[in-house]
Amino acid sequence: MKFFIQELVNGVTTGSLYALVALGYTMVYGILKLLNFANGDLYMVGAFVGYFVIQWFGGPMALTIPVPLLLVIMFVLAGGGCGALGVAIERFAYRPLRDAPRIAPLITALGVSFFLENTVLLLLGAQTRIYNTPDFISFGIGIHIGPLSIDIVRLMVIVLSVVLMIALTLLVARTKLGKQMRAVAADREAAEMLGINVDYTISATFFIGSALAGIAGVMGGLVFNQVYNLIGFVVGLKAFTAAVVGGIGSIPGAMLGGMLIGIAESFITGYISSTYTNLIVFGILIAVLILRPTGLLGRAPLQKV
Amino acid sequence: MSLPPPDPGIGVDEWVARSGGRREYAPGLRGDAQRLFERLGWWQRLGLAALAGALVPLLTSNDFQLQVGINALLLALLAVGLNISVGWAGLLDLGYIAFYGFGAYGFALLSSNQLSTNGVHLPAELSIPIILVLAATLGLAVAVPSRRLLGDYLAIVTLFFGEAFVEFTNNVAPSTFGGPNGIFAIDPIRGFGGQIITNRGYFYVLLILLVATMAVLHLLDTSRTGRAWRAVREDPLAAELMTIPVNRVKLMAFSFGAVVAALAGTIFAAQQTSVFPTDFDTPFLILIYAGLILGGAGSIAGAVAGGLILSVTLDGFLRSPTESGYIFYGVILMTLVVKLRPWQRLAGVLAATVALGLIAHTIVKAISPAAVAGGPQSSGWIASAVHNWVIVPNNPTTAGNIGFVVLIGLLIALVQVHGRPRTILLPPTLFLAVCVWEGRLVSEPAITRQLLIGAILIVMMNARPQGILGSRRVEVV
Repeated sequence: MKFFIQELVNGVTTGSLYALVALGYTMVYGILKLLNFANGDLYMVGAFVGYFVIQWFGGPMALTIPVPLLLVIMFVLAGGGCGALGVAIERFAYRPLRDAPRIAPLITALGVSFFLENTVLLLLGAQTRIYNTPDFISFGIGIHIGPLSIDIVRLMVIVLSVVLMIALTLLVARTKLGKQMRAVAADREAAEMLGINVDYTISATFFIGSALAGIAGVMGGLVFNQVYNLIGFVVGLKAFTAAVVGGIGSIPGAMLGGMLIGIAESFITGYISSTYTNLIVFGILIAVLILRPTGLLGRAPLQKV
Repeated sequence: MSLPPPDPGIGVDEWVARSGGRREYAPGLRGDAQRLFERLGWWQRLGLAALAGALVPLLTSNDFQLQVGINALLLALLAVGLNISVGWAGLLDLGYIAFYGFGAYGFALLSSNQLSTNGVHLPAELSIPIILVLAATLGLAVAVPSRRLLGDYLAIVTLFFGEAFVEFTNNVAPSTFGGPNGIFAIDPIRGFGGQIITNRGYFYVLLILLVATMAVLHLLDTSRTGRAWRAVREDPLAAELMTIPVNRVKLMAFSFGAVVAALAGTIFAAQQTSVFPTDFDTPFLILIYAGLILGGAGSIAGAVAGGLILSVTLDGFLRSPTESGYIFYGVILMTLVVKLRPWQRLAGVLAATVALGLIAHTIVKAISPAAVAGGPQSSGWIASAVHNWVIVPNNPTTAGNIGFVVLIGLLIALVQVHGRPRTILLPPTLFLAVCVWEGRLVSEPAITRQLLIGAILIVMMNARPQGILGSRRVEVV
């Protein structure tokens, strides 16, 4: 039982990360019908930003500022930096292709992802950097009730993800920007005719999606400890699967899909073997695509002619 | 010598077809050559290209150069196969590399001691057809789950399939598939009583296969199936209304691509006599895409040219700093000459760049001699020419990294502005580019290679989506 709950907690933690990255994929897909492969690499950039913030303030052993302040700075810088990077990528690489055939921006996205990975390789080298989270946050603190035991880092990741997801849901449902996003997603031309600033809305979407990926990167660094230039690829792939399983284009779908993939992965690793994790996740994806082609919460697209 | 306007073929718009008749030819000998070339049938052109290719091994007996040629032909073959799904049917196939791997591993298993103690050593005339049939079936099996779905789901499923292939070969049954250590001691191509072991032999095998594939694909492209592919690419809904079986046509394109990739894989395995999971990882997939996009998706000649150019550039020239310098400066100069008109503007920009470098170098040297002490990291006459011009500090790594980031920022800014600001921004960008190149990129050829491949995809898609040889699509509204 204890093992089961432990795996569940791990699964929900990774699931939260996948869900945050998946939100970036699904929002961009909803508004532009573009699979932004570079989103996983923004996760990697966010993780590096967090790492360098720790180094900047004295390193994990000798922090010069209190830990909560450090965490806030990490999240703000990673979120803001990745958001800005996402907006720049959209402006430079995707905007000129907005009316091109569907396949053109997809190939560009592939190029952007590859370019980002190798830019980081050039700037920082291939070695793995370690966050050393236990040196400044004690894993002993946390909730321990019976068999349930969540350390403070995982607790923070889960709580912060849930808060971000609620905030995002409210943003899309209640604010003017959210309304604009929904309008642009429904019909870009009609939205433009109604006076909505489409470029601004798309930029804002990219900012939010990329910022979430960056924040997830910091969380990933805190939980998994290791950062190198290719971590974004696997996380991106899983988040991608999460977005599709949940129904691409649907925000609650991305959250549900992320959690499902995270938990499934954790249980497969715990009970079967870590060798087959990715193969089984792939199997889940295929099964969902065959049984429910639009994902769990997605709706079949209306085709207008 | 004037020709009557050619009859428009089936599926070709009459107005578009007549545009050939309106073409103006260059005067003199060049125009005659142009006209002569246009009178040749496609098979005559293909034959000429094949003949030119066949002469290459006669010029050199250097094994390294032959290997460069083999790699180039392999990439061209792979790009032609990828062109079927990406260029013609408009399907983003990200698991393409796995079929290449499937062919290689299939051949490796059927021609080595992996499967049983005495080994299975099928002759090539038996093993290769078996592998191709299996690859076609596998292609169908991968595409079927996503056949009804939006085209994007195919990209996801295939991407995962490609990853799964690498995971599978890395982890499952290491005694059979070799795990990360791969499979060794694979037979060369052995069949019909002979065998091929020299690089020259493999060069010709690949050349013959490439030419044959090109011919088959050309016939396919101009057939009913080819037209159906293009119809599906342009508008699946309209194609369906024209009674084209959209799903079946998509599956066919996917399957054909898988077969070509597997074919390339078998030759690769036989020539290398060993296969490793890392040979079939994502970076190589991106390389194939870059080759196809560079040459022009949708055209056979484009795919082949792109694959050949990219492979020869990367393998042949980007290995030594001096030769990669020729490529770097050559490409920059060529782009400037093509893009900057009139020539006064070009001359102005070049003069400003040279002046800027001289002034900047002098000022920086006066302030701190260590900041220019590094000098170019490459050698050769170009390096000595720019030695007193570039700013490369003693320890160029950090400065080069910062310069690289600033350079990307400048390039983005350059794309966003037009007219006079762009002309003003050009000299500092060029100067910085040379500094970053001489100070940092030259000493990291492997990473520069990858950056170049990524940049090709982004820049080509934005600036010239039809590639070098492709023609811009006529959009009918």
